[in-house]
Amino acid sequence: MKRRDFLKKTIMVVAGASVPLSALDLVDPKEVLAANPDIHWAFLIDTHKCVGCGFCVKACKTENDIPFDAKVTRTWVERYVYTKDDRRYVDSPDGALYGYTESRIDLGQGNFKEIDPANVGKAFFVPKLCNHCETPPCTQVCPVGATYKTDDGVVLVDRSWCIGCGYCIMACPYGARFFHPVEKVADKCTFCYHRITKGLETACVNACPFGAREMCNIRDINEPTTKIIMNQRVGVLKDEFGTRPQAFYIGLAQEVR
Amino acid sequence: MLEQAAHLVVHGEAWTVKELFVLPNEYIYWSIQIVMYPFMTGLVAGAFVLSSLYHVFHVEKLKEIAKFSLVFSFSLLPVAMMPLLLHLQQPFRGINVMMTPHFTSAIAAFGIVFTTYACIVATELWFVYRAYFVTTALELKAKANKGAIDTFRQLLFSVLTLGAWDISKEAQQKDHKACTKMAAIGIPVACFLHGYAGFIFGSVKANALWMTPLMPVIFICSAVVSGIALCILYYVVVQEARKFMARRKLARWAKDPSAPTAEQLEGAKKEEVEITSNYLMYFMIAAITLEILDLIFRGYTQVKSWDILREVIMERDFIKIFVLQYGLGNALPFLMMVLPGRNVRRTTIACALVLFGVFMMRWNVVIGGQAFSLSFAGFMHYHLPIIPHDMETFKEGLFGALTVMTTPFVLFYFLNMIFPAFMVDKEDAQH
Ligand code: SF4
Ligand code: SF4
Repeated sequence: MKRRDFLKKTIMVVAGASVPLSALDLVDPKEVLAANPDIHWAFLIDTHKCVGCGFCVKACKTENDIPFDAKVTRTWVERYVYTKDDRRYVDSPDGALYGYTESRIDLGQGNFKEIDPANVGKAFFVPKLCNHCETPPCTQVCPVGATYKTDDGVVLVDRSWCIGCGYCIMACPYGARFFHPVEKVADKCTFCYHRITKGLETACVNACPFGAREMCNIRDINEPTTKIIMNQRVGVLKDEFGTRPQAFYIGLAQEVR
Repeated sequence: MLEQAAHLVVHGEAWTVKELFVLPNEYIYWSIQIVMYPFMTGLVAGAFVLSSLYHVFHVEKLKEIAKFSLVFSFSLLPVAMMPLLLHLQQPFRGINVMMTPHFTSAIAAFGIVFTTYACIVATELWFVYRAYFVTTALELKAKANKGAIDTFRQLLFSVLTLGAWDISKEAQQKDHKACTKMAAIGIPVACFLHGYAGFIFGSVKANALWMTPLMPVIFICSAVVSGIALCILYYVVVQEARKFMARRKLARWAKDPSAPTAEQLEGAKKEEVEITSNYLMYFMIAAITLEILDLIFRGYTQVKSWDILREVIMERDFIKIFVLQYGLGNALPFLMMVLPGRNVRRTTIACALVLFGVFMMRWNVVIGGQAFSLSFAGFMHYHLPIIPHDMETFKEGLFGALTVMTTPFVLFYFLNMIFPAFMVDKEDAQH
């Protein structure tokens, strides 16, 4: 055996032997995925399918330990009602945690507006969450780098490093961020990173009985959801900020901001 | 967990009232301390610029107020950082900014600019007071039967000389030159320190009110205005107190035969205030012009956000912006200063109003910028917590703001013992 071959083989053996070992206790699936350039997570919301039941909001709060009655939430559902006399009403009481069981619109401060059903032009629900922007202003402004973007396209917050300045909250054009009432650090949707990196669905996707929410790897063009994003007319929120959101919407009305 | 959740108040809920459609996570997150932050930083920068008028541009008549404002600027320095720390949800992690600065963030530069600036002011101060340290240390050394305080002072001043004991004429001239240089470097750094406080806001693209490249410049101009106004105001108050002490021979310095008489103090005060307030007016014109320009520009171009901005500016915050800020805080003091027959009293009142005006400007920018929802369909109102019922409502309430406001005066009291801001040069006294 030539010396070169010997070296080659040795390297192969060592590498081969180390794989199972490291897979056992050294490499964490997150890191493997984060290092894999073939994965980029994206979200798809079909506003035609959403009925405003709020199951997703509940599931998210439970899954991610956001205190149930605290008035902040990682995902929420907005209700839009347009009347025939061209007025627009929007509300999202408690982020739709308890769903929409009432027809009257919540105007805030204990005021409500009942709309005559005959006067309703169109009405629909729009679920919202962090868009995991391609160029996120929230990571740009964080003074300590506690908010960061993983290689597979998910924006996360390092709870042990965030100083709680709130700059990211001000910088997000979507109102996706808030201070966690217990941890006292910036918080927001993580695309259930602890689940998707294990091959599971996010809690909200899982909880939606109507399939209004879906996730996919946008780099895998064979995935059905990716196909929809690629082939159909989908929109994103507040495109004008140049944040390039990764949450896509089917049936987005122009007035939804 | 549910029990605990039942009364969990999220950050901002205690002082935010929402109206119409506001996104569920939206609250007034940047409250009174973030109003205090640019206000206090502005005072630091402004006081320094005032002192530089003498040190760099040699406006000789401002000699006394320049020395005073330099010391005062130094006592304002630590206070520029205080509101930021008080506002953090994790104040003990504040140091992380220095450990892992993230340079795409405007706040991350704070530590660096701030430290640089602090060093410049400290060096300048040292050059101004070095000769004084030496003479005081020598005097104390020569003194027979010293008490504990004197011994301590002797030690302190000896250390402060940093081993440079030479007070020959040449050495002092060198000090003077070095001081001019430091002041010259200090001006751009002071402007930068404050300009980028404006940048912190101006670069937030999600906020329609803040998002303007004019923000840093507007902040610099109003910073200089507020700094000068505060120096005049405080100077007058201190001179009044000194006049009182000189008459009654109350303080130790007043018993010194070479001490200035009440008449001299009054004369000096009049002159300094007169000239300083002229500078104040120039900067006021610049500041107001820029602010109005910004407003007119927004109204004229009428981009998408103008609808909601107009409602906030022209209707909801009308009193705060046009009556309190522009009327009471700008127009009235300006008139008071330009109308004939201006005297020290009128200028002093005008300065107090100017300070109020600048404070209102900070308030209207910081709080006003959060008064409308990102949905452009709802509004938020800020209710300043007055009676604190926990740490948060203390920090982000009236008393938190008052703590920040009073600290520089306390610091000045102590700093003045080391750097006597009203020291009369022996040479000058002989002339
Ligand atoms: S939606 Fe907001 S929080 Fe989410 S990545 Fe974009 S800017 Fe950041
Ligand atoms: S609140 Fe935390 S995550 Fe957000 S910008 Fe400040 S330090 Fe970064």
